[in-house]
Amino acid sequence: MSSTSIFLQIIFNGAMLGIQYSLIAVGFSLFFGVLDVINFAHGDIFMLGAFVSLTLINVTGLLNTSGATYVFLLILVIILSMIIVGGLGVFFERIVVKPVSKGPTLMSLVATLGLGIAIREAVRLFYPRGSETKRFPELLVKLFPGKEAIEFKGIILRYDNLLILAVGIIVVILLALYINKTKMGLTIRAVAQDAEAASMMGVNKNLIIDVTFFIGSALAALAGFMNGLYYNSIIFDMGAMAGIVGFSAAVIGGLGNIYGAIVGGFLFAMVESLSAALIPRGSEFMTVIAFAVVILFLVFRPSGILGERAYERV
Amino acid sequence: MKGPLRLVGLGIIILLVFSPLLVFNYGCKPKEEEKKVVKIGFIGPLTGKYSKMGIGGLNSFKLAVMQQNNSGKNKYIYEVVPFDDECVPQKGVEVATKCCSDPEIVAAATHYCSMVAISCVDVYHKFGLPAIVWGAVLPDITYGNDYKEVSRVNGTQVEQNEFNAHLMVDELGFKKFCIIHDTTDYGRGHLKYFLKALKKRGIEPLSIDGITIGQKDFTTILTKIKALKPEVVYFGGLTAEGALIKSQMDKLGVKAQFLGTSGIKSDDFNTSLGEHAEGTICMLDGAPIEKMPGGLEFKKAYEEAGFKEPYEAYGPFAYCAANIIIKAVEKVGPDREKLVEEIDKTDTEDIIGRIHFNEYGQNDVPLVTAYVSQDGQWVPWEDSLYAKGERELPGFAYREGREWVNPYQGP
Repeated sequence: MSSTSIFLQIIFNGAMLGIQYSLIAVGFSLFFGVLDVINFAHGDIFMLGAFVSLTLINVTGLLNTSGATYVFLLILVIILSMIIVGGLGVFFERIVVKPVSKGPTLMSLVATLGLGIAIREAVRLFYPRGSETKRFPELLVKLFPGKEAIEFKGIILRYDNLLILAVGIIVVILLALYINKTKMGLTIRAVAQDAEAASMMGVNKNLIIDVTFFIGSALAALAGFMNGLYYNSIIFDMGAMAGIVGFSAAVIGGLGNIYGAIVGGFLFAMVESLSAALIPRGSEFMTVIAFAVVILFLVFRPSGILGERAYERV
Repeated sequence: MKGPLRLVGLGIIILLVFSPLLVFNYGCKPKEEEKKVVKIGFIGPLTGKYSKMGIGGLNSFKLAVMQQNNSGKNKYIYEVVPFDDECVPQKGVEVATKCCSDPEIVAAATHYCSMVAISCVDVYHKFGLPAIVWGAVLPDITYGNDYKEVSRVNGTQVEQNEFNAHLMVDELGFKKFCIIHDTTDYGRGHLKYFLKALKKRGIEPLSIDGITIGQKDFTTILTKIKALKPEVVYFGGLTAEGALIKSQMDKLGVKAQFLGTSGIKSDDFNTSLGEHAEGTICMLDGAPIEKMPGGLEFKKAYEEAGFKEPYEAYGPFAYCAANIIIKAVEKVGPDREKLVEEIDKTDTEDIIGRIHFNEYGQNDVPLVTAYVSQDGQWVPWEDSLYAKGERELPGFAYREGREWVNPYQGP
């Protein structure tokens, strides 16, 4: 393997992480946009997505089917888990996040952190053998019988990973179109910019908040599903770190801006991957370096890469 | 009439109020009323990622105590007080302090995780509580101090890695190693002693990479490792990260033998990886259960006791720790100071064979067994189809530049 192919392989691996971080970061940005809260339970919603999809895989008996039924069930599992987790996201928003959003920032911070811990511990206690690492089946391999990967000059691009990346990118583009081109997107942006003025114009603010939490949580569920497919194992506490990374990615990109969240997600992943690759023994310090970059951003450019000072959010 | 009636009524009320006491006292009057209850502690990870190891240890510990209590020969009745260290050092120190502060607890079997055990040894020394380590393998836990309170029934990383290098280099003939270790004291210990054992054989590893606990993505270091074309990837760390590394090695096409330590010798490694676990080698102190002098009886008793969880890799050691403690208490009584002296002198036979504590409190009759993952089970190396030549190790095929065909198709 030449150093170029090593480099390219590392970039590809970084992109795989980047798309997952981005999908989580988008949620942080959306919620901050419409409700001015940082929802620290979002990482655990992501974990919930992985567990709900694993449950659905078992319930539907997906692994025992093949052919068109398999593809149909697979898509059904993804969509159902997004709907269920999206619904749960709205539920949590109604009972915890929104009630505290009007109070001091500290209140919503503590409330959402607490909510996250409650979700995590609930999965650990009530999911069968919840404290163990769960195997997540390699669902996509079945779609590519025979060969598993393209190999080019030592670079391995697995078909299932390419599919994950493609789906992630398509979803992100669809989201951007939804926010920018549809009427609902327009109202979301309106609420983000000035909730009071939007209300005066006849926008149902509560509905918009619900919709936003539904979208954000459903995307986190998708990220959780992808994470399961990518690592083939999930565990109840996977959301803790994912939440912090997603939040940091949103901050780097500019909290409240969805393009920023996407850029931030990829940037965070690349900083991690490249510092592990280029710095001697960097793998020990890659998280430290990535978070140091976050701190630098907070100090020198608190509005992030794409965050606009005019508060034009979402 | 009022007076006597009232008296009778009062009498009935008094009788009713105290009757449960009478019945209780009468009904529960123990036959061995004079036997004193002695509390002994057990500390291990009872929740979290390594809860299976902890619960397996606790069950085995309880089994020994149950057997001793039921034998009727003892002077005392023993009661187990379990504590959960979650495999987190801070939490470990907290529960160790709690355990030590309970004056009724006279001794304890402590810790599966090395990083927890090493943080807690000072606590046991300070409080003078005899603590027998039942699962942690970092040498410094016993060798790094002169605390009489701390001793250990299982072996250490020194013997494990020496044996590991012996098998891989001297017997199987591998020469090119890449090392990955976690950055805890535990992982660094494995790195140190494996390096030492390799250097003794004149081998320098191609690379050394540290990873952090909880890390999920190892593709970057594995990409680097792939370019170095090692024959063996050694991992000094625990199951959670070990399983992820193995799975990502396969996905990235790192064609090398995967080699672990006692840290990955858990059923979780096989269940979470399925067919990808096949052909992985790891080490464990002690003999396989079937070959331990009392292994089969232990296995049978464990099953009969009706524990739902498996006893896992270090259960037999926890069982022996309980026996050592009880034997000492029977001899010198429930007194911490005397127990420290007594346990320090341990030289006994138990299900794992002879147990003799040297001047550091370390059981110096160590025995290491290599295991290979075969059809989703850890099989002792000598008994495996791989050692018999019926199956080929992935490392052998890759060394000769061939593809390796996985004989195991998953559960």
